[in-house]
Amino acid sequence: MEKANFLLVGVGGQGIVTASDILSEVGLRAGYDVKKSEVHGMSQRGGAVSSHVRFGPTVHAPLIAQGEADFLLAFEMLESLRWAHYLHPQGVALVNRQKMPPLAAASGGAHYPDEEEVRRELSSRARQVTLIDGLRIAQELGNVRVSGTVLLGALSALLAIAPAFWEEVIGERVPSRYVEVNRQAFQAGRSEV
Amino acid sequence: MKRLLSGNEAVAQGAYEAGVRVGTAYPGTPSTEILEALSRFPAVRTLWATNEKVALETALGVAYAGARAIVAMKHVGVNVAADPFFYGVYTGIEAGMVIVSADDPGMHSSQNEQDNRRYAKFAKMPMLEPSDSEEARDFTRLAFDISEQFDVPVLLRTTTRIAHSLSVVEVDPDYTPPQWELKPYHRNARKYTMIPLNARPRHIVVEERLRRLAAYSDETPLNRIEWGDRRIGIITSGISYGYAREVSPGASFLKLGMSFPLPPQKVREFAAGVEQVIVIEELDPYLEEEVHLLGVEVAHGKDAFPILYEFDPDVVRAGARKLGLIPAGSPAPKPVAMELPPRPPVLCPGCPHRAVYHVLRRLKLIVNNDIGCYTLAVLPPQSTTDTMSCMGGSISAAYGVELAGLPERAVATIGDSTFFHSGITALLNVVYNGGRTVVIVLDNRTTAMTGHQGHPGTGIGTRGEHLREVAIEDLGRALGIRRVFVVDAYDTREMLRVVKESLEADEPSLIVARRACVLLPEARKELGPAYRVDPERCNGCGLCFAVGCPAIAKTAEGKAEIDELLCAACDLCAQVCARGAIHPGKE
Repeated sequence: MEKANFLLVGVGGQGIVTASDILSEVGLRAGYDVKKSEVHGMSQRGGAVSSHVRFGPTVHAPLIAQGEADFLLAFEMLESLRWAHYLHPQGVALVNRQKMPPLAAASGGAHYPDEEEVRRELSSRARQVTLIDGLRIAQELGNVRVSGTVLLGALSALLAIAPAFWEEVIGERVPSRYVEVNRQAFQAGRSEV
Repeated sequence: MKRLLSGNEAVAQGAYEAGVRVGTAYPGTPSTEILEALSRFPAVRTLWATNEKVALETALGVAYAGARAIVAMKHVGVNVAADPFFYGVYTGIEAGMVIVSADDPGMHSSQNEQDNRRYAKFAKMPMLEPSDSEEARDFTRLAFDISEQFDVPVLLRTTTRIAHSLSVVEVDPDYTPPQWELKPYHRNARKYTMIPLNARPRHIVVEERLRRLAAYSDETPLNRIEWGDRRIGIITSGISYGYAREVSPGASFLKLGMSFPLPPQKVREFAAGVEQVIVIEELDPYLEEEVHLLGVEVAHGKDAFPILYEFDPDVVRAGARKLGLIPAGSPAPKPVAMELPPRPPVLCPGCPHRAVYHVLRRLKLIVNNDIGCYTLAVLPPQSTTDTMSCMGGSISAAYGVELAGLPERAVATIGDSTFFHSGITALLNVVYNGGRTVVIVLDNRTTAMTGHQGHPGTGIGTRGEHLREVAIEDLGRALGIRRVFVVDAYDTREMLRVVKESLEADEPSLIVARRACVLLPEARKELGPAYRVDPERCNGCGLCFAVGCPAIAKTAEGKAEIDELLCAACDLCAQVCARGAIHPGKE
């Protein structure tokens, strides 16, 4: 894989920035030039978060152009659609089956898309669409916060990068008492694709 | 060793490597992490200053005393610090001083997108613009040397996509920074006191220095020509270089790392070597104007690359296509046609501000608001804000309502950190001039929006250490206000009573609405069990939805339901419910 563009999206608080930190560090260790970009601060308040990660021999721009995301990693279902136009037609969408309706939908009456609408929309824009039970797997492992790691595991199975790099970086980035559950989440994710 | 650093971390790394002694700042996105990263180096003294003016003056004081200093702020922070920003250029310094301005094209979290490159020209201060994290480190380090060589503070100008993007930086783990010996101090009043007698000759020095800086700009490798296709000559700087390289890789480039003053000979040499000069820059046609002033014709600039908002590869590609620099290519995919519910940032579940604005909304007042998380009250469903001012301006805006003679009553709402930043002088102005303004300080015990930094009201320093704490209510009394109240922000009944009474008073009132930000560990420790809605009692009236808490959702039957993972047990919905249907759950 000479280069790749990854767009990680979701809701503030879901761990997207940490996940993109891990992904970026993995790319660096695997020998790529890496750039990553996101917007901080406002998104902690439950706002939409997007993080661009780019691997390549030399990466110039830290942002991905529309239609050029090889991988769309959506931590939340609605957000997968908000960023769908960044997907490359040959790209892959990995979507966590988690719904976090914003106020407009939770009590405001706006329509929150159902799974079928999400699958249909993304399938018309990408080569592969996989919905992943990141939240359910994380709950089974006893820690909802590792659902992002499940998604990273799924992504790792699609990349020609040694899993050892991933395990090494995850081990360094998460608090030591959570390393084991993150490892399990990562392995579970690899089996999902 | 290769490390992935954000631009902000890289600036801190560069300052550390240059042997900086002191770092100062006031939090402001996208600059905040510079001081936080610098605070991880034990040898550097770092402090959150009350505001950017104080921060810059403190750094200048350090530089006057002969030690290297760095100060960081967001673009509008330079407005606050403008007085010492200009002053330092006339006096010069005894040791290197770097001022970082982290601009926000696109206004991700700011009230405007002013282009602070213009400050460099206005104040006659040299300016460097890094294009990625490695340059952010290198340029910061070099900036201290330039500062000392030319006896002037140096502006390092970044933008959000430099500050908050991570890219590779080669870091030497065994590097130890130089240990600066302080020179023996000597008075030099003629240089450091700018009474007119002394300032007049210093202006000559400033102009002469600019000529020497222009010569330096021509020689320095910070500015480089990259010859490619001679039909297209792109002049660019900062993050725009990255986008331009991505979109038009074969062109010739003049990459400017020192963007004030511009390198006159290099610009002319470049222009002579290409068929047309195109300037690709975000925001203002600053480079375009400077190149034009050198007598070089610019074929295209703002006619193709927008003056509004930030760039990304799509924006630059569109401009390049419009000019025929690259083939037309296929159009980008369209966004999803279906209407998606928006997801703006909202006040967190349990946020104390929600309770306060709920009270104010019921009173139908003019609400002159300020800058912080509480500004979100302008959005539905709170919709309880008339004006937002620049930092600290809320108090004067409310006083202005009274001075203008409007019959409506106004209330100023301002956060604790913002109050210390620039609310004190405004409050004193009300007292001194005889106003009767009602001021509510939303004291959530932190500088929240920028990531929970300490401030004088909490006494917490850059490394979490305990410093001196100043109580807002004591300060208010010291300023001469007699009507001073401290109210629990969650207690809507008491808040309503105090606000109503204050609106009737003939003198100013200071109401401190105190309750720790719900994201702080001290608040989370005190949280009780999540609240529950009794579906038997709930009739779906929607009063609790109107409060706008993300933890409350509408069930299929139209009744309210509380997400126990999100609920912070603040009691607001229970206070608002007319049917007594909401209560704390079991432990």
